[in-house]
Amino acid sequence: MGRVFLMQTRAEMLKFVRVPAFGFFSLLLPLIIFVFFGLRQATVPLYPHSAITVGTYVMTSMAAYTVGNVMVFSFGMALAIERGQKQDVLLRASPLPPAIYLLAKIVNAAIFALVALVVLFVFAHFSAQVDLATGTWVTLAARLLLGSIPFIGLGLGFGYLASPNSAPALINIIYLPIAFASGIFIPVNQLPDFIRGLAPYLPLNPFVELGWNAIGIPTDRTVTTDVLYLVAYAVGFFALAVWAYSRDTASKFA
Amino acid sequence: MPNAIELIGAVKKYGDFEALKNVSFAIEAGSLVAMLGPNGAGKTTSINLMLGLRRPTAGKALIFGGDPRQMATRRRFGAMLQESGVPQLLKVKELVELFRSYYPKPLPNDQVIKLVGLEDKSETLVRDLSGGQTQRLYFALAICGDPEILFLDEPTVGMDVEGRRVFLRVIRDFAAGGKTILLTTHYLEEADELAQRVLVIDKGKLIADGSPQEIKSRVAGSKISFTSASTLEAGALSGLPVSTSDVADHRVTLMTNDPQAVLRELFRRNVDMANLEVRGADLEEAFLSLTGGK
Repeated sequence: MGRVFLMQTRAEMLKFVRVPAFGFFSLLLPLIIFVFFGLRQATVPLYPHSAITVGTYVMTSMAAYTVGNVMVFSFGMALAIERGQKQDVLLRASPLPPAIYLLAKIVNAAIFALVALVVLFVFAHFSAQVDLATGTWVTLAARLLLGSIPFIGLGLGFGYLASPNSAPALINIIYLPIAFASGIFIPVNQLPDFIRGLAPYLPLNPFVELGWNAIGIPTDRTVTTDVLYLVAYAVGFFALAVWAYSRDTASKFA
Repeated sequence: MPNAIELIGAVKKYGDFEALKNVSFAIEAGSLVAMLGPNGAGKTTSINLMLGLRRPTAGKALIFGGDPRQMATRRRFGAMLQESGVPQLLKVKELVELFRSYYPKPLPNDQVIKLVGLEDKSETLVRDLSGGQTQRLYFALAICGDPEILFLDEPTVGMDVEGRRVFLRVIRDFAAGGKTILLTTHYLEEADELAQRVLVIDKGKLIADGSPQEIKSRVAGSKISFTSASTLEAGALSGLPVSTSDVADHRVTLMTNDPQAVLRELFRRNVDMANLEVRGADLEEAFLSLTGGK
């Protein structure tokens, strides 16, 4: 069983690194956005007398965006493509346990999310003098990786609902506006009024708050409340994924 | 010892369409069986039930007496499917290695790749393979776990000449090694060439089950057709060794297993024949004689 898992994870990783778009969107794009939003006032305090710089704040926001993006894209896109190519048919006739298949995908996504985080952290450290205590770096990364679990559910849902052609557009159309409205690129208090009211209830808002809280920015809600929100989203998104999976299975394998 | 493969009163409906109508048969371990039938006859549906890819609407599909949906059962068979895909961004050897890891006692990686003749392509990405090479790769994935049963759905469709040669050799070796093999085809010659037993399936029913010789003797192998300018005299076609005859306008079509004898008799009777054509019956026509003749 262990060997199957290792082989399956290795295959997932090989497939992932061989898609240039995945590398671009998960590694390079966050850096580009960071350059636009974070570099100009990198060392300026976030608010008067704050120990936190704008650079640190933007890096944290981008880190949340990146991890969520890796989860939603790697599951959504990969599954939609696999379904489009009917890879699920042969796998279903093979003795690969579905749990191992899913676990390999999760481990692969977590590893890439971690790599993307490290790349972003190192880039921010050297380009914008972002400096955190070792424990804070680790807490930030750990919170974002664990807090991204709901987005795996969302990605799975996309993967089973979207066609391979529509998946990238669909994911971007939904994920990007949610990221904006959740205060990831623009602080919530600078968003238009009608979105400000909505922001706290969007899935990326409690997620990015976990990150902000880790670096010491005061947030609207407590960590416990944010976690509860994320748990609720996880339940909702995984229910969506299970429903989409059953629907797909019922049409092909009943 | 239980049968390797068994369908018991299997019915499969897709909405209102009945793809399989109460089909039962059993295949002993170690036999090489071909399932023969035209497109849409129900071959793939039967295979899908046996693989657990589809659930029978009624009846059962058993592999070594067990449910094909269980992992323990699935480790005992390998499959080559018509409508399926594999990751395009893995190399041939990586994909074979991956599939091998699913099975308890797989064949060595190099041996599998060599068996299907893809040694030169082992470092090639799947997406860069030709159609024939892809087909060979699917074959490699079916055999790599050294399974007790091989299910091969239309294995030679799209195979190049070399692929087909390799395929026939490996199939025979596997059969000689005591494996159970069930393959589908719509070519009578292929079934004849490979199998010890042929199951003929048409319109969702099992219509014949026997040795290739038995099936061939019951199926009209040739089709003779010609046009006759003059109206045929009554009795011009009577008593000929044909399984079916059909006259439409001036076009005469005869199905027979003995075209020489039929032609000799037609010439002897001095029947007026233009545009004479003799050719091997295709499967649809052969089935008409098999089903229509009874």
